[in-house]
Amino acid sequence: MPEPVVVDARGLLCPMPVIRTQDAIAGLSPGCCVQVLATDPGVHADLPAWCRVHGHTLEAIEESSDADGAISAWIRVGNGGAT
Amino acid sequence: MLAARVVKEQGVHVEGLNFYTGFCVEGHTHAVRAQDKARPKRNNALWVAEQLDMKLHIIDVVEDYKDVVINPRHGYGQFMNPCLDCKGFMVGKAREWMEANGFDFIITGEVIGQRPKSQLKRTMPVIASESGAHERLLRPLCAKLLEPTLPEREGWVNRDKLFDWSGRSRKPQMELAESFGFEDYAQPAGGCCFLTDPSYSRKLQDLWQARGARRYELDDIMLLKMGRHLRPRPHFKLIISREDGENRFMHGYRKQFTHLVPTSHGGPLALLDGEARDGDLELAARLVARFSQGRDADLVRVAVAERNGPERELTVTPMAADDVPREWYVA
Ligand code: SF4
Repeated sequence: MPEPVVVDARGLLCPMPVIRTQDAIAGLSPGCCVQVLATDPGVHADLPAWCRVHGHTLEAIEESSDADGAISAWIRVGNGGAT
Repeated sequence: MLAARVVKEQGVHVEGLNFYTGFCVEGHTHAVRAQDKARPKRNNALWVAEQLDMKLHIIDVVEDYKDVVINPRHGYGQFMNPCLDCKGFMVGKAREWMEANGFDFIITGEVIGQRPKSQLKRTMPVIASESGAHERLLRPLCAKLLEPTLPEREGWVNRDKLFDWSGRSRKPQMELAESFGFEDYAQPAGGCCFLTDPSYSRKLQDLWQARGARRYELDDIMLLKMGRHLRPRPHFKLIISREDGENRFMHGYRKQFTHLVPTSHGGPLALLDGEARDGDLELAARLVARFSQGRDADLVRVAVAERNGPERELTVTPMAADDVPREWYVA
């Protein structure tokens, strides 16, 4: 299993985490895995919605117990989405 | 949203573009403040895309947008909103995207006369030409009041099935939304960004005045969205968080600013923007103490960490509410 591509969007407010994720995924092939790190709780709503319209799979999204309270999301790149 | 749906209905493949300028009002950017949490925490553009089953591309235009805000050729609206320039800019960005991605035309949801200045019949061609989109810009909701555009003439869309709406009434839009089965159809009645907000506009003007130049960075305009802004001296202002959400967000900026936080009592984080001269830190500490739970105490201890400097503690008398001149409140 290849290492996930990490998008570090900690400290950025929405929609920047989505924009960074979108830019990272633009250069990846279907099946690749991306890990997004963010601190804005808005990603709980935005990343799943963005994945749904672009046909990517949000495999997990979880809060870390670290002091910085970062949220980690794992996305599997899809090959299409809404038409 | 309606415009996209109307065209999609005709079998045209539509994808959405949403431009992020830094001034955008997001459900949850707004809701950094816990008290706003009752509002739906959603990104409106993404929500619309989901309703329409359409891809949405969110594009960062923060850098290029600066020139629109700083030097609008057509001036500002009621506040610091350069709506006409802004629309020309965004349609121009959409045209670039269209050309780069092999699309044929652009649609926008404008309705003639719906908004002052930027949605008048005479401004419609201004947007079309300044954006460079010209004939490839279609406004499905008022197309019948305008000259036929390329997509109509080429038969890519059927002009007969487009609309002729004008004026401020939203009734026909609500009815069409209902017929499409859109629940919770809520197009913002005011502006779509903080530049139409009077208090935000004041803070932006204050920032430019204090710096002696009309310029900003993304961090500046993000911080204008939070906290109380007080300018006790021309050379510095304090941004004092109002609650936990703002506190947490502003925490991320500590290293870039001199900052203060009460230690003997619960209280807000404050960032000092500008330079602190003799006695300014004490004044700042007294103000921060005023917004802490120790506001009625004789003395409050406040930790002060200077930017790139040491941290120390000041023991101060909180400022009385009456001693804070009204003109210190920027917003
Ligand atoms: S209200 Fe809309 S059109 Fe006007 S400046 Fe803001 S984003 Fe642009």
